[in-house]
Amino acid sequence: MVMAAKTAGAVAGREEIVRTIDVVKEYRMGDQTLKALKGVSVTIYRGEYISIMGPSGSGKSTLFNAIGGLDKPSSGKVFIDEVDVAQLDALELAWLRCRKIGYIFQTFNLIPVMTALENVALPMIFGGMLEADARDKAKAILERVELGHRIDNKPSQLSGGQQQRVAIARAFANDPAIILADEPTGNLDLNTGKAIIALLKEMNQERGVTVISATHDLKMLDISDRIFWIRDGEVEKIQRRDEVTIDAGEMH
Amino acid sequence: MSKSGSNAVGSGQVQRQVQLPLSKAVEIALKSMRVRMGRSILTLITIVMAMAFLTEVWLSNRFGPVIRTELLAKAHLKAHGPPVDGSRLVWLISLSLLVCLVGISNAMLMSVMERFREIGTMKCLGALDSFILKLFVLESIFLGVAGTICGIVLGVVLAVGIMVARYSTAAWPLIPWGGVPWICLAALGIGTAITAAAAMYPAWKAARMEPIAAMRVEV
Repeated sequence: MVMAAKTAGAVAGREEIVRTIDVVKEYRMGDQTLKALKGVSVTIYRGEYISIMGPSGSGKSTLFNAIGGLDKPSSGKVFIDEVDVAQLDALELAWLRCRKIGYIFQTFNLIPVMTALENVALPMIFGGMLEADARDKAKAILERVELGHRIDNKPSQLSGGQQQRVAIARAFANDPAIILADEPTGNLDLNTGKAIIALLKEMNQERGVTVISATHDLKMLDISDRIFWIRDGEVEKIQRRDEVTIDAGEMH
Repeated sequence: MSKSGSNAVGSGQVQRQVQLPLSKAVEIALKSMRVRMGRSILTLITIVMAMAFLTEVWLSNRFGPVIRTELLAKAHLKAHGPPVDGSRLVWLISLSLLVCLVGISNAMLMSVMERFREIGTMKCLGALDSFILKLFVLESIFLGVAGTICGIVLGVVLAVGIMVARYSTAAWPLIPWGGVPWICLAALGIGTAITAAAAMYPAWKAARMEPIAAMRVEV
């Protein structure tokens, strides 16, 4: 808890973790050019919990992927922890994905042939950790997400909520600076989704990790520090939690 | 209990990953094969048949003339028709090896396509292209070596069986075993080389897959 207080202090210090400058993404479809992002500039600070909201086709996923270093923008720059992502070579990008970013997917994406423990240990092994150490740490994180009793189960033997917990444990494996969650509750029922959101928020506060989530799950609004509303490839508005008024007529 | 302190990075410096866990690649490759047992076995059968054919022809070409001359010298038998037509056999062998190559390649490609999300996820977790490449080449080579060894055993059994069937059990003591290990080794080399070659394109395709593939929702 002392640690949590310390990291909360860092948030107040407004240390930048992600910055995008005039990010444009164009897709060529035949002889037409589709602008998925029309120059987006946002700044995200360390320790924040950000939700990127918007209907499908709004450019939400494109922005999310650009922030995560998964997709190169057509123009503009993306800085993650002061590093220009476009300048990185393949090895450095792999390192960035391994150590700085933890990914959580809508479809959980656990490696089906590996147990929960092995799944969580994998990014640590990619990061160069010894297998025994990786397994110890994986076990500790799995206990943190309340799956200490299922560590030797394969993903197919786990429920959706449990699989997503394993995925969260895996995302936190290398103590990343950023967690990117793509519709983390998209494949879960209401209560399981709530539990997953609560867990993400707890981990966010306890470890001071920046969480960036692309979603259209309104349950996320409650716990987000800020919400980026994306529409037609542009940031329509950025709201702090206390500014959000849920108006059923204007959800998206 | 948390180690939030280790998040204090932000130096702006990106270090390079050093470790490439080969043992992990071997482990994952073996597990993936076990999961796709049915298809692995089909691929295995292709390799076994092709390699058995190759070994059998090589051995028969070696055994046949020796046994024939020995038996003729002992005057137990007359010549059994003309010697085997070599050029046609070369064609047949090449064809069977080609079918084998295409079969493995196809099976591996299917495996890559099925696992796009798994591959994308591994890349998101920090796997390098070379790790993914290793994964698929290893998988193919395991299949190749296993199939080739079974094929060689089958080929030897067939060759000996055919000799005995053709020249009666009198042929048994006359079989020239001397060259057999070399022929088996050569077959093993060819089998492994073919499976490795067959895996190249699928493995390359897998390695080049973008991590964003992990995000694709459709199955």
